Amino acid sequence: MATLRILFTRLRAEEKLLKEAAERLGIPCELQNVSDSVFGGAPFCSADDVVLSRCVSHNQNEAVARMLETQGVRVVNSSRVMELCGNKLSTSAALEEAGLPQPRYLVAFTPEAALAAVEELGYPAVCKPVSGSWGRLLAKLNDRESAEAVFEHKSMLGAIHNTFYIQEFVDKGNFDVRAFVVDGEPLCAIARTSGHWITNTARGGSASNKEVDGELASLLRSVHAAIGGEFLAVDLFKSGGRWLVNEVNDGGEFRNSIAPTGKDIPGAVVEAAWSRRG
Amino acid sequence: MTATCIVCEADVTIPQDCCEGELLICPDCGTELEVVSLEPLTVEEAPQVQEDWGE
Repeated sequence: MATLRILFTRLRAEEKLLKEAAERLGIPCELQNVSDSVFGGAPFCSADDVVLSRCVSHNQNEAVARMLETQGVRVVNSSRVMELCGNKLSTSAALEEAGLPQPRYLVAFTPEAALAAVEELGYPAVCKPVSGSWGRLLAKLNDRESAEAVFEHKSMLGAIHNTFYIQEFVDKGNFDVRAFVVDGEPLCAIARTSGHWITNTARGGSASNKEVDGELASLLRSVHAAIGGEFLAVDLFKSGGRWLVNEVNDGGEFRNSIAPTGKDIPGAVVEAAWSRRG
Repeated sequence: MTATCIVCEADVTIPQDCCEGELLICPDCGTELEVVSLEPLTVEEAPQVQEDWGE
């Protein structure tokens, strides 16, 4: 019997909510811890199954998806979408190629070039790791001295941190928006409010419902057209009267968004995934 | 069902629908524990957040 397999390595509230939703909707479903699994040998599962890959490590998740795809397994989201979303440089490039609005950004590969980049963008600016989440290792560069210090530290942190992704600092007020796109259609959104410039709910930002109006819905559909995927969590803020796309997440967390929006986010996700079965 | 916290040896209640991989917080010392096996019930200190973890 075809089964929806929810893969995980760290069982978060989201994976349990997805399993509960599948059971509620009558979708055969198994939670599967793949921390110690081996991929590439015997078929991992039936060709009729659909995999919802939710490993907490981005690198592992993308690799698992890629390995399963080689066996003809349908994986949600695809490894291609994970690749685009898991690297901010790749995300920005895809958005830029699609002509979508985003904060100005520059990329450099040495501390000296990074300093030139931030001076070109102007202070304050934000330095982000190209691969990261939960607001981790974001650095607001208020002046040249802070930029020099951050870049020197990053240069010692290993190869991935020697890609310096520097974004203009956008005065977004005290909130940004996290919108959920399922099967290419906007499902709901929350406003994330915080007194801190980092508004992630993982960092203490509070969530309230945000109506998805026509302008926002149209932009979200364009983001989906540029990135693809059955489930996207898109972070945006408004500046100068227009929306800017800040980040696109392929493995979005939604536990804090169900109550404010009143939407069955896990139900929508498992239905979208299940609809991909052969 | 309870497990013993490997740090402070307090009793940690295991939910009925607990799965392998689930995280629990020790009520006494606050250590984040991971259920690595249900048969036999085994908990370990949960791994620290890694650089590429997240959404």
